[in-house]
Amino acid sequence: MSQGISLQPSRQLRRRYRAERRFKAYCVGALLLSIAFLVLFFSDMVRQGHSAFIQTEIQAEVTYNEDTVKFTNESVDESIAPLVSRAFFRSIPRRVDADPSLMGTTETLWLTATADVDQYRKEYSDRLEPEMQSTLERLESEGKVSYGFNKGLFTSGDSKIPSNAGLWSAFVGTFYVMLVVLAVSFPIGVATAIYLEEFAPDNRFTQGVEININNLAAVPSILFGLLGLAIFINFFGVPRSSALAGGLTLSLMTLPVIIISTRAALRAVPQNIRQGAQAVGASRWQAIRDHVLPLSLPGILTGTIIGVAQAMGETAPLLLIGMIAYIPDAPTSMTEAATVLPAQIFTWAGMPERAYVSLTAAGILVLLSLLITLNATAVILRNRFERRW
Amino acid sequence: MRTRDLTGDSTQVVRVPTMERPRVNQSTKMSVSDLAVWYGEKQALHGVSLDVYENEVTALIGPSGCGKSTFLRCLNRMNDLVPGVRIEGEVVFEDQNIYASEVDVVELRSHIGMVFQKPNPFPKSIYENIAYAPKILGQVRKRTDMDDLVERSLKRAGLWEEVKDRLDAPGLSLSGGQQQRLCIARAIAVSPSVLLMDEPCSALDPVATATVEQLIDELKENYTIVIVTHNLQQAARVAGYTAFFHLGNIVEFSDTDSLFTHPREKKTEDYITGRYG
Repeated sequence: MSQGISLQPSRQLRRRYRAERRFKAYCVGALLLSIAFLVLFFSDMVRQGHSAFIQTEIQAEVTYNEDTVKFTNESVDESIAPLVSRAFFRSIPRRVDADPSLMGTTETLWLTATADVDQYRKEYSDRLEPEMQSTLERLESEGKVSYGFNKGLFTSGDSKIPSNAGLWSAFVGTFYVMLVVLAVSFPIGVATAIYLEEFAPDNRFTQGVEININNLAAVPSILFGLLGLAIFINFFGVPRSSALAGGLTLSLMTLPVIIISTRAALRAVPQNIRQGAQAVGASRWQAIRDHVLPLSLPGILTGTIIGVAQAMGETAPLLLIGMIAYIPDAPTSMTEAATVLPAQIFTWAGMPERAYVSLTAAGILVLLSLLITLNATAVILRNRFERRW
Repeated sequence: MRTRDLTGDSTQVVRVPTMERPRVNQSTKMSVSDLAVWYGEKQALHGVSLDVYENEVTALIGPSGCGKSTFLRCLNRMNDLVPGVRIEGEVVFEDQNIYASEVDVVELRSHIGMVFQKPNPFPKSIYENIAYAPKILGQVRKRTDMDDLVERSLKRAGLWEEVKDRLDAPGLSLSGGQQQRLCIARAIAVSPSVLLMDEPCSALDPVATATVEQLIDELKENYTIVIVTHNLQQAARVAGYTAFFHLGNIVEFSDTDSLFTHPREKKTEDYITGRYG
């Protein structure tokens, strides 16, 4: 006869199981909700933005002669001319200058259509004059209208003509700014972290510094913009809106991220590696340089890439130092006015024309894919070089 | 002659007591006097004195937290690396107090090598593990000399036959026992005169332990060795002299056989017979 021990779940145990299932359901719900938001966001961006990657093109004969160089609208058939983007007509004198043998000839080209035509074809708007509508229909029936890849999105700078607006100057600006961020925050951040982690005595002062660095990483980014404005532009006289000013300001933000991740990477190197090196007669710095740094490099690089990626997506501090200007031509130096990708997106988002909506979404997609690439690089680096010891 | 019981259990030592070794023949390699160590407010060593004899193995035994590792780490000033440490007393090595202000720790450590509890090869190749220290200390400049030194060190550590075909393999790819012998080879590559070992076998299996113990026995021909161990049998097997530490003091220090067979102190007896510790 048993002692009356039942192996069936008791009421109390069933209650515990129910609580467990409930808790699990909350967690799964939260996860699904965040995935849903993500999918919603991405699909909306793709829906809005995909059309900006293609553009309506019209095939037409272009005549180059004395008149058409002056009155560029006359270079194509007058019925087609209103459908063609102004940006093309503006380029005619340049084309002739570049290749004088064009003078007096006629060639057949695919020309970028105006934003109105483009939007009409993409069925975003029906605001097109009836004459142009009929011309368009005629051209379509002749097979002289098609979609082409919008190269301009990547090769031309900002423009007030939507069909001509692109991200090129923002790319160049972003590149310069990131160069400054890397050049400033990587060496300073890593050196600071090495000092704090490996050399600094543990006292009130260093503890205070540590707390402040951790807090800096959480300071709203717009405050860094104010700081940059006050110090770099007003005090040191760095040119406004320049990549240099932007990079320096963003470095302030990236520094704490790099310092914190470098310290974590250094701390992850076991103490006995340092002791082993010092026990054979290496100095402290030799132990760090030859053994600790090589081991922690993947962690340091990961932190740096994540810090730089964060800076790349930052807009608020740049608003304060004027990096929100209209920049049609890519900057050629650090001190010229520049814009960056998120600032370009911000500018486009405020434009009234319908075509800029697609451009904004396309810009977001480009920025996001850049950031994803950077973060993926960080993950790959971490996995590739992760070592056991 | 001293008997060496390689399999015996020292808690039931039945060896015939041997004559105490004549100390007059032993020259002192390191002489520690009144060494006191504080970690912050806590005192870890209460003024201990000990002589380390040349070409002998000296074992430091005692319960956890008794200060034996602290003592060992004072001998090459590794304790300097601990934040908040305070050290008083004298450690004389080559007629100099190693705590004197003119002594350079980096220089000192190239004369007094150390092997740690957990094998800690550098995350580099086997070759580089050995070559690193002679290179940074500027002892060896030519590649061929370095090749010789690496071979000699590995041979002396009894590892050469096992690794001679894969000197470029990472040191971490070796087994635990091999890693520990690599660390010993690394330590002797800079030709120190004293080797400090902090529980060198505690992370090793019995077979690897036996190999390392045999190595220690061979090494004492050329080096003076101080070894911290939790394993009393190990002390009995490898050490000529043993010091029993308790609560930051040396309770008893004598040649190993007397300490294990005729302990003078009750505390020592309690500890080695397993009644305490």
